[in-house]
Amino acid sequence: MNTTINLAGVELKNPVMTASGTFGSGAEYSEFVDLNRLGAVVTKGVANVPWPGNPTPRIAETHSGMMNAIGLQNPGIDLFCERDIPFLKQYDTKIIVNVCGKTTEEYCEVVERLADEDVDLLEINISCPNVKAGGIAFGQNPQAVEAITREVKKRAKQPIIMKLSPNVTDITEMARAAEAGGADVLSLINTLTGMKIDVHKRAFALANKTGGVSGPAIKPIAVRMVYQVANAVKVPIIGMGGIACAEDAIEFILAGATAVSIGTANFFNPMTTVEVADGIEQYMKQYGFETIDSMVGLVK
Amino acid sequence: MAKKWKEQVTVISQECITEGIYSMWIQTENIALEAVPGQFVSMYTGDGSKLLPRPISICEIDKEKKSLRLVYRVTGEKTGTKQFSQAAAGDCIEVLGPLGNGFPLEEGKGKKAFLIGGGIGVPPILELAKQLDGEKQIIVGYRDTQFLYNEFCQNGTVYVATEDGSAGTRGNVMDAIRANALDAEIIYACGPTPMLRAIKQYAEEKGIVCYISMEERMACGIGACLACVCQSAEKDAHSNVHNKRVCKDGPVFLSTEVEL
Repeated sequence: MNTTINLAGVELKNPVMTASGTFGSGAEYSEFVDLNRLGAVVTKGVANVPWPGNPTPRIAETHSGMMNAIGLQNPGIDLFCERDIPFLKQYDTKIIVNVCGKTTEEYCEVVERLADEDVDLLEINISCPNVKAGGIAFGQNPQAVEAITREVKKRAKQPIIMKLSPNVTDITEMARAAEAGGADVLSLINTLTGMKIDVHKRAFALANKTGGVSGPAIKPIAVRMVYQVANAVKVPIIGMGGIACAEDAIEFILAGATAVSIGTANFFNPMTTVEVADGIEQYMKQYGFETIDSMVGLVK
Repeated sequence: MAKKWKEQVTVISQECITEGIYSMWIQTENIALEAVPGQFVSMYTGDGSKLLPRPISICEIDKEKKSLRLVYRVTGEKTGTKQFSQAAAGDCIEVLGPLGNGFPLEEGKGKKAFLIGGGIGVPPILELAKQLDGEKQIIVGYRDTQFLYNEFCQNGTVYVATEDGSAGTRGNVMDAIRANALDAEIIYACGPTPMLRAIKQYAEEKGIVCYISMEERMACGIGACLACVCQSAEKDAHSNVHNKRVCKDGPVFLSTEVEL
């Protein structure tokens, strides 16, 4: 039995990674999880300069899920390269850096800055619903998706993952546009835009008014979108959206994902990533699967 | 780095100490051994519809019995805290902790101190009062009904403020300080933001060292998700912006470190 997977020429020891923004750069969770057990750590989005993020409250619980509007607070690429990459280099796991920006130039600046860094893949966040400029603005129009993918791809030394938004009419259009622009891998889904109102305070639960809904509540939507995209493009897919256990992860793999990311579940069980990796192995043993690839998109 | 544990703890006892406020002792394996005053624990509901851990401050620490006392407010029907309040002796709850930094005790040693608690910020002041080695003036503010009053009396001189005037000074903790003409060399405080803002201003005007314990909506509880930030006066070394993480860098901050 072999749990390794290949993403655009990068071999991961297993298909389990973290969802950007839920795991920092791994330092905090390393107290609970052996990062060596993960296929990859996907870092929180990093921009060319430090971003302060949104006002608080930035978070609210929803039924079987949560909403966040952190607003991509990040320390900027310089401190990130100086501190976070060396931290992750101590571990035997792949490093995927999530890149954010307000303009194409800002994304490209970060990508160029990472060219000489020892990181394995870049995930381009064109789907954050919580920032006014950039983020989702690039992810809701196929022409814009293709254009930014092309610009980033031109400059990137590492393979690029385009992270897609579910807040669109047809996600396969965006997926095809990213593929046409040269994306090596696609990741989906980012959070769904939502709203919560505190009826006792007669005010929005989040300072940003809207936020991204995540957690088990959104999983069926995510599985459906992974399935649709898997049938629309040839590049590998990283599936995410509400994964809390191995069975959830396997659902995504059977729908067409080569790898999976654990996000919100880290908040209610810091050990979820490793438990999912173990559970996938057990499932493979139980049903006699020799490779992950033999399970990818098995349910047609 | 101080150690944290995720444990299945057992409820030792549970009682309602005043309307909507519950006191629960829990048996831990390791959490109580590591805990210091001012820290908190994350409590999990185990209910898939209520995912996020509930941060609850530590009211008392019994190292010998490896147990913790949590005094908390039930925030409504069908809430996580309502569920915790229904746990009986012998029931198990998943808990992560101890979390956050806690109150610095050394700084207050031998000093004349204010220990100020307001509302549901009162409980963490009790373990602080037990452990702080100094001249302790405990000022506690409530909307109406008092709780933990007798326990406080065993650990210092207690001054009470109630908004409805039913006990002590009518008004807030600052009114109680003025009414009793109190003064201090160091301040420790936990409570709602308007109270902390008033204390911060008072302390800074008088040049008194002041530690405040802050509250903010949290998700991970360990410093990764950046949900529970507060504004810092200077650029923070970790965030590289003017934000500090309440759960990890706090909840206790020097009043001059943060903007309220």
